[in-house]
Amino acid sequence: MTSLFEEVSEEPGTQVPVRRVAITVNGRRRTADIEPRLLLAHLLRQGLKLTGTHTGCDTTNCGACTVLFDGKPVKSCTMLAVQADGHEVTTVEGLAGASELHPLQEGFKDEHGLQCGFCTPGMMLAAKALLEENPDPTEDEVRWALSGNLCRCTGYQNIVKAVLWAADKLRETGGAE
Amino acid sequence: MLRKEDRRFIRGRGRFVDDQQLPGMLYLAILRSPLAHARITRVDTLAAEAHPQVKLVMTGADLAARDLAWMPTLSHDVQAVLATDKVRFQGQEVAFVVAEDRYAARDALELIEVDYEELPPVVDVRTALAPDAPVVRTDLDGKTDNLCFEWETGDAAATEAAFAAADVVVVQDMVYPRVHPAPLETCGAVADYDAVDEKLTVYSTTQAPHLHRTLYALYSGVPEHKIRVVSPDIGGGFGNKVPVYPGYLCAILASVALGKPVKWTEDRSENLTSTTFARDYVMRGEIAATRDGRILGLRSTVLADHGAFNGMATPTKYPGGFYGVFTGSYDIGAAYCRMTAVHTNKAPGGVAYACSFRITEAVYFVERMVDRLAGELDVDPVELRRRNLIRPEQFPYRTRTGWTYDSGDYEATLAEALRIAGYDELRREQAERRGRGELMGIGVSVFTEAVGAGPRRDMDILGLGMADGCELRIHPTGKAVVRLSVQTQGQGHETTFAQIVAEEIGIPPADIEVVHGDTDQTPFGLGTYGSRSTPVSGAAAVLVTREVRDKARLIAAGMLEVAPADLEWEKGSFGVAGDPGKRVTIAEIARRAHGGELPPGVDGGLEAQVTYDPANLTFPNGAYICVVDVDPGTGVVKVRRFVAVDDCGTRINPMIVEGQVHGGLTDGVGMALMEMISFDDLGNCLGASLMDYLLPTALEVPDWETGYTVTPSPHHPIGAKGIGESATVGSPPAVVNAVVDALKPLGVQHADMPLTPSRVWDAMNGRAAPPI
Repeated sequence: MTSLFEEVSEEPGTQVPVRRVAITVNGRRRTADIEPRLLLAHLLRQGLKLTGTHTGCDTTNCGACTVLFDGKPVKSCTMLAVQADGHEVTTVEGLAGASELHPLQEGFKDEHGLQCGFCTPGMMLAAKALLEENPDPTEDEVRWALSGNLCRCTGYQNIVKAVLWAADKLRETGGAE
Repeated sequence: MLRKEDRRFIRGRGRFVDDQQLPGMLYLAILRSPLAHARITRVDTLAAEAHPQVKLVMTGADLAARDLAWMPTLSHDVQAVLATDKVRFQGQEVAFVVAEDRYAARDALELIEVDYEELPPVVDVRTALAPDAPVVRTDLDGKTDNLCFEWETGDAAATEAAFAAADVVVVQDMVYPRVHPAPLETCGAVADYDAVDEKLTVYSTTQAPHLHRTLYALYSGVPEHKIRVVSPDIGGGFGNKVPVYPGYLCAILASVALGKPVKWTEDRSENLTSTTFARDYVMRGEIAATRDGRILGLRSTVLADHGAFNGMATPTKYPGGFYGVFTGSYDIGAAYCRMTAVHTNKAPGGVAYACSFRITEAVYFVERMVDRLAGELDVDPVELRRRNLIRPEQFPYRTRTGWTYDSGDYEATLAEALRIAGYDELRREQAERRGRGELMGIGVSVFTEAVGAGPRRDMDILGLGMADGCELRIHPTGKAVVRLSVQTQGQGHETTFAQIVAEEIGIPPADIEVVHGDTDQTPFGLGTYGSRSTPVSGAAAVLVTREVRDKARLIAAGMLEVAPADLEWEKGSFGVAGDPGKRVTIAEIARRAHGGELPPGVDGGLEAQVTYDPANLTFPNGAYICVVDVDPGTGVVKVRRFVAVDDCGTRINPMIVEGQVHGGLTDGVGMALMEMISFDDLGNCLGASLMDYLLPTALEVPDWETGYTVTPSPHHPIGAKGIGESATVGSPPAVVNAVVDALKPLGVQHADMPLTPSRVWDAMNGRAAPPI
């Protein structure tokens, strides 16, 4: 990780190869000098201090690090931050509008779709991608779309209800968020 | 009521340990043993120390020189912080590195060279006590075998007599395999030692912050009043975050040594291989009954694998946890259990994953044995249970192993589950499907939990009584803050404890702030696990609120110029009986409490603190019915339906209760069908990542069908029992009973978890499952 975000070490020999990247995160253009091996999840969390993106595993199974990459859900633990150069990334912090919650956020709260809250950001972003592609999913389609996201607390049922709640709300409002 | 804590989690504004970023913070990474059992002959850290971003490297020898290489466990054993003489399980901590960032720390780990002299590992619990077995615990003076402890409960002679008098005896061996709680957030800590104030702050993933503070003081020598443990938001615990792990202590030692904050965050494979496992009981069951299905006796022989160190989190007098409740929901004339625990070259643990101190094992055992007996007698498993259930009028019911169940109406709970499931119709459908060669199974589990540890005369952890404190302060403007000694990890305490206090004092929940997890700000208590929050801390919250209300009554009497006894409490205010015009609200009383005239003998302020020592545990119960379809061509099990009726007495927040049940049922399906931490002959951990340790996704679980009955706990101030672990405890036997029921036409009487397709296929084809 690098120096842009932490105290700069001036000791000789600590210089590692870095590359400058420009990434639009939640609508805001951010630049950083980073090591090529830096994972996107770590750039978001530590570099940009967007700690809503979580890491729950080391093998790309859990989906707690899910963000939207040019609108598509990706597991940010399995993407190098340099690969995001020139692209748009949406994290949970970018989900709410200026004044109000996204219907998915409301739905998760209303349907008790979260407990410890650790999977929640990734779940909501995976669900957002689903609803943009399929505004009126069946329960089975929701379960399939979220099968890359593990939850240890809820048993999934209320998450499915939350997504269907949000889908209803989005259709009522014509997709306006 | 919707949850107060959701507002931050849905915005990504939770505050988890790894979210902490302190000025100058350094990163710690741990080098772990690649071998299960080996002597350490050389550790070379020179290259790691030379890494330009590395600030500190420490080995077991470095800690031993400071007499810090070993730490106490929660079971009166010791555990190596960093290995000195030898490594005793794969994944064990050998050295640590502190560097400027987490990438550099990991780089430096690879620069450390360790020479090992391999030793034969102890892997199979069944041969761990063989005379020629290698000895794991050579660190203990005079230790020449792998015996960890022996324990018994019940009456051996009475049980023997019951078996002698029985018409029918069924014997069944079964394994509750090693699994892992695998919270989505792994364990971690940020230790921050302030050398000027000599004060240590530890942000950590702990379910028991006060217990950890005491242990840190005992271990590190930092005086307890100079240690502050902060347990911020925790991404699930499930028992995984009760013990103190070497990583926490390494972070503390590094911070003290360097005078800077040090963060340690383990990755998933570290979590699965080195933090507390769950279960790992090899059980032999014997059940004796009359020909008409009256259970006369139950005997359990347990071989428990505790790994290299006894790190089990359990009350001191209960080395086998609460396994003694293995007689379950049944009125059984005689019972006896003999348990032998052994050391193997595996990670420590045992009590975790919503087990309520080994009740998962006890419930699985008795519910499988009763099903086996039903099969032997050719009686419907529901009918056999009904013949033996403890009846409502028998409560409080004392079991033959010495537990006093507080209350229950098991027949009513079971009847509700049968009604929701449409049990008779299911059996008809099953008969039709069997006629067509389909494998449909129906499994039942009627279980009793024992939660809310516990009465301090019987229960302590490391000598600390299992009581819990609660403090309530009403501010001058009538808003309130309630401080808990327990620590939520998603169970919704910020909401439910506000509800408890609101109900008792008449202040809206929104005006009550719940503070928890910070040992500087909260009263002492033992934390959240074993579904003990509602039974113990919930009771403390009720009692402290009533104490504050009693004081408010005195102040109100002064304000209204009447005797306290003339006042009636109603919805947040005291009124004079028979005079509706004379009434003061709790907010008005609070204002008076902080300024103005008070009755003689009443001091200012409106606050109190209590420590609650429970009279007994609470014994919630449930009746679960699982319906599965087994693919006859592949052995794949599909859980088609699952009906769960729980009785946890008074339900504080039904929405949250239901969410707890959903999560626990998913654990149960996971354990029954997918999850296992196994080892090869060399002691390599074969469940070391989520590639192999399979957790249910949204696709493996059905829509849960829940119901409830309400049988309050007579000794709890609001009649509430714990509920958090009931579903994890009660559901695995329902799933296994269902699968075995499905395979009944093939002559299958038992199959061990996890019932993966290959293991089911083996059972279908008459092949025994692999031993563990």
